[in-house]
Amino acid sequence: MKALKTFPNGGVHPPENKLTAACRIETLPPPESVIIPVAQHPGAPAIPTVKRGDKVLTGQLIAKAAGYFSANIHSSFSGTVSKIDSALDISGYKQTSIFITISGDEWIPETDRSNDLITEIKNTPEEIIQKIQDAGIVGLGGAAFPTHIKLKVPADKKCSLLIINGAECEPYLTSDHRLMLEKGSEIIIGTRIMMKALGVNRAIIAIENNKPDAISLLEELVKGDDDITVQPLKVKYPQGGEKQLIKAITGREVPSGGLPVDVGVVVQNAGTAFAVYEAVQKNKPLIERVVTVSGKSLKRPGNYMARIGTPVSSLIDAGGGLPEDAVKVIGGGPMMGKAISNLQVPVVKGMSGIVVFANGESGRIPYGQCIRCSKCIRVCPMNLEPYLLMTLAEKNLFERMEDEMVTDCMECGSCSYTCPAYRPLLDYIRLGKTTVLKMIREKNMK
Amino acid sequence: MGHTILLSVTILGSIGLASSVILYYISQKFKVYEDPRIDIIQHILPGANCGGCGFTGCRNFAEALIKAESLEGYNCPVGGENVMAEVAKILGKETFTTESRVAVVRCQGSYENCLRTSEYDGVKECIIVHKLYGGETDCQYGCLKYGDCVKSCLFDAMYMDEKTGLPVILDDKCTGCGACVKACPRNIIELRKKAKKDRKIFVSCVNTDKGALALKICKVACTGCNKCYKICEYDAITINNFLAYIDSFKCTLCRKCVTECPTGAIVEMNFPPRKTKSEAIQVPVKEE
Amino acid sequence: MNRLLKVSNSPHIHAKDSTKKLMYNVIIALIPALIAAIYYFGWGAIIVTLISVLSCVIFEYLIQKYLIRGPVTITDGSAIVTGLLLAFNVPSNLPVLLIIIGALVAIGIGKMSFGGLGNNPFNPALVARVFLLISFPVQMTTWPVPSGFRTENTDAIVETAIASRRNEQSQLQATGDTDIVTGATKAIEQPQQQSKKYTDAVTGATPLGLLKQGLRSGKNVSQIMEQVPSHMQMFYGYKGGSMGEVAALALLIGFVYLLIKKVITWHIPVAIIGSVVIFTTILWLVNPEKNADPLFHILTGGILLGAIFMATDYVTSPMMPAAMILYGIGIGVITVLIRVFGAYPEGVSFAILIMNAFVPLMNAYIKPKRFGEEVKHGKG
Repeated sequence: MKALKTFPNGGVHPPENKLTAACRIETLPPPESVIIPVAQHPGAPAIPTVKRGDKVLTGQLIAKAAGYFSANIHSSFSGTVSKIDSALDISGYKQTSIFITISGDEWIPETDRSNDLITEIKNTPEEIIQKIQDAGIVGLGGAAFPTHIKLKVPADKKCSLLIINGAECEPYLTSDHRLMLEKGSEIIIGTRIMMKALGVNRAIIAIENNKPDAISLLEELVKGDDDITVQPLKVKYPQGGEKQLIKAITGREVPSGGLPVDVGVVVQNAGTAFAVYEAVQKNKPLIERVVTVSGKSLKRPGNYMARIGTPVSSLIDAGGGLPEDAVKVIGGGPMMGKAISNLQVPVVKGMSGIVVFANGESGRIPYGQCIRCSKCIRVCPMNLEPYLLMTLAEKNLFERMEDEMVTDCMECGSCSYTCPAYRPLLDYIRLGKTTVLKMIREKNMK
Repeated sequence: MGHTILLSVTILGSIGLASSVILYYISQKFKVYEDPRIDIIQHILPGANCGGCGFTGCRNFAEALIKAESLEGYNCPVGGENVMAEVAKILGKETFTTESRVAVVRCQGSYENCLRTSEYDGVKECIIVHKLYGGETDCQYGCLKYGDCVKSCLFDAMYMDEKTGLPVILDDKCTGCGACVKACPRNIIELRKKAKKDRKIFVSCVNTDKGALALKICKVACTGCNKCYKICEYDAITINNFLAYIDSFKCTLCRKCVTECPTGAIVEMNFPPRKTKSEAIQVPVKEE
Repeated sequence: MNRLLKVSNSPHIHAKDSTKKLMYNVIIALIPALIAAIYYFGWGAIIVTLISVLSCVIFEYLIQKYLIRGPVTITDGSAIVTGLLLAFNVPSNLPVLLIIIGALVAIGIGKMSFGGLGNNPFNPALVARVFLLISFPVQMTTWPVPSGFRTENTDAIVETAIASRRNEQSQLQATGDTDIVTGATKAIEQPQQQSKKYTDAVTGATPLGLLKQGLRSGKNVSQIMEQVPSHMQMFYGYKGGSMGEVAALALLIGFVYLLIKKVITWHIPVAIIGSVVIFTTILWLVNPEKNADPLFHILTGGILLGAIFMATDYVTSPMMPAAMILYGIGIGVITVLIRVFGAYPEGVSFAILIMNAFVPLMNAYIKPKRFGEEVKHGKG
């Protein structure tokens, strides 16, 4: 086993609670209808290409990317479009969504639905990127950044390393873990596809040390190859953050306001690598993803391959139904996920898990004054000063917040997690960050 | 002993005298010339530093008034006509009257009218909830009931009604400075023309959801049904995105739209009760 | 589904830490020193501690409930910690009224007048201690010698103390000022009465006090060292001093506990003790007959108590490790300056208060190196 690496500054150790690490991925029975939002990624929402009454097949394009910074949306089942209307989604507000009443599961003819492993990569780099763009692939780690943009290295930058993010540092989530165990070979081929697209000959698969079975399996699969290696990492949150991962593995720091490609690295999630394999080798668009359904009071926690647009209530029903004492349902992990107010919200491309909390586990208590213990500074992985940022946001001193680099904040939540006075640091820092970004945008427009 | 006292008094006294001479000389040499009118005008202005004029503080407004060629467009909403007339007299410029305005809360989504569908557990500030999600009710446009507006009022003209959860504006104290308008993240509060006897007619809803959906969520929502638009004889009403809007400068307060509105979204305030029985039954009228 | 789900910003979980837990860990770390104080000073220690803690808590409750009319936060443990530290900073035979005045100053002026926990720039217990020291110098500088340990050494200490006071009295009498003479006479009689109240210990000065007076009256260090307890005795606590100062061993046990429980980091205590050692070593090497050795300096006075418990107070110490070390060095240097060149025999309290005043400046200018920091051209 290799020596463990980690990032030097900051980080916390929340209890891992990987209740579903040993649960095989199951497929959900299809719901009656799906609601597919057209904005499942940052950037411009896709524009619907179907209208009410149209019949669609599984994998058919139903919304086209609006411009460069956008992604295609495909139907996750076959059926009829019942309406295009606004519906509540994980963002907390109503967004334009395509409602499809399901009938059967008829696929588009291009897709290869067999389970054969296709190892040969026939396409050229340009074709690969085009296929990824057509398939609507976005980062499945949670940020949902359009993958084709990341794989196109700008002319003035050089990329020398691809890192596959198998860290999965959030408590409770095991979707990447199970995918690496059950589809390890496919992920490795997906990695090679992306290496070809980027034009690099080095890739590192980074996995946290609490997944020893995944580490040994993948090490076995790449034994003998010298272009892909597996690097185990120390268990620390937020090891899965792009910048922390790059620092841990290469020792380089992504400059403030910059991108990983500025230090010659591109990072992709392990789930994204699998989706790339399916898109390039099997012509299958992104219409489903593994979602961990977990929680201490759930009867049957597990990992489910859920199709986009499935309501969260179906996932919870598969997990045994909403427990009596449940008070909070989170889309994502407990550190960075969003609390869901209505269980009809659909599964989207960036939703890696559903965690159900009972009363004891979650819940704010009245907070006290800052006691200046400096724990928040010590845990911040971006070396910011959260206590100061919260005070500035409370007093609306937004210009000063910009000077204090609030835009570097990755909203990991380590500061709020640690504060002994239970101060809602991230609430105010988020407010400051969005206000400052708006101010910067307005300044740039002048 | 006497020696000591005499010596210390002399030394300290001379230091004091020397310091005062030096300070006086320096203050004269580095004196910044300021137009004496700034002080006079600042004295006339209310001194609330509320920002209602669009400037940061009364002194900055005074400076701007002196520099301005014409007083058109400059108004102190707190001081009103009297103050602006005096300022005009001192500066020898022409007076322009600006219509007085008052703030109006355009939402009736009380606890009773708009039911709670989730429980918010975080920091109780409207702007933070607004950035997180649609709110504790299914109406993602409505009042969040955490009172950022009340906290921003410098004139004690607002309070939160405990029963409804909505903010209430006291007309006699409201100066129309606009602080609450800026504080509300959902643009629910609006500055409308101040009419005789504080009478108001306005659409108390900002919901742009489709009609049937809006009504399902809130009992007194505006559905954009067009009935008010059809009955208005003064062209004061416009309908956009399933929401009606009454222009307070065109409205003549005839009250016809209030009785037409089927949901009760249009509100009339400070009017005497209607004469005929049939008119009185239909609409929930807010009387102050 | 008719149940309402809870919604709030992430993160949705929280570490087990809380302000209360941190404060209670500090109290636990102070228990060895408390036991040592009770062992050496008997009932006096118990009474002083009890009154100090109770007064602090009661004053905080009264001020928060009736004066400020805000939330009452006495259960977070910070008033108890202030009370304990105040008790540790005063002689164990201090009159009750003075303890209560001290508690009022500590909580009322030192903490509440700035806005409560988290807003005070100066350490409240030290504010009270210095206030008492300047207002009631006699009572605050009359220490009982630990009972149960009387030898020729301690008798000699007592003799020296009384002799020096008599000396001062005769000097004052020479000036002919009757008021001062009466005061000085009281200064001799009162301590004896004060000490008889709680213990059967006898009044005496601390080793540092003896050092200062000895040097002033022309003796050299080796002569003075014969009159003070040995280093080993001082380590265990056989010396005169305020309650919390005496038992070095007990304080170090508390230090280890705080480090294990991650309540404090090593930076401030190590910086203080380190700078004191370095500075006194230099002075000692230059002139061993005029300056005591570094071990003597560390084991006497409030350095250990100050370095481990007072200077590491969260609210009044800097946030960044680099600033913490600078802060610690400042305290160490000022302490030695006051001890060697200043009028007072002991300087830690003043040193900490002086460095407290610089903490906001340090926090403003010593900032963490941001991740991926770029030099912003045009900005400082």
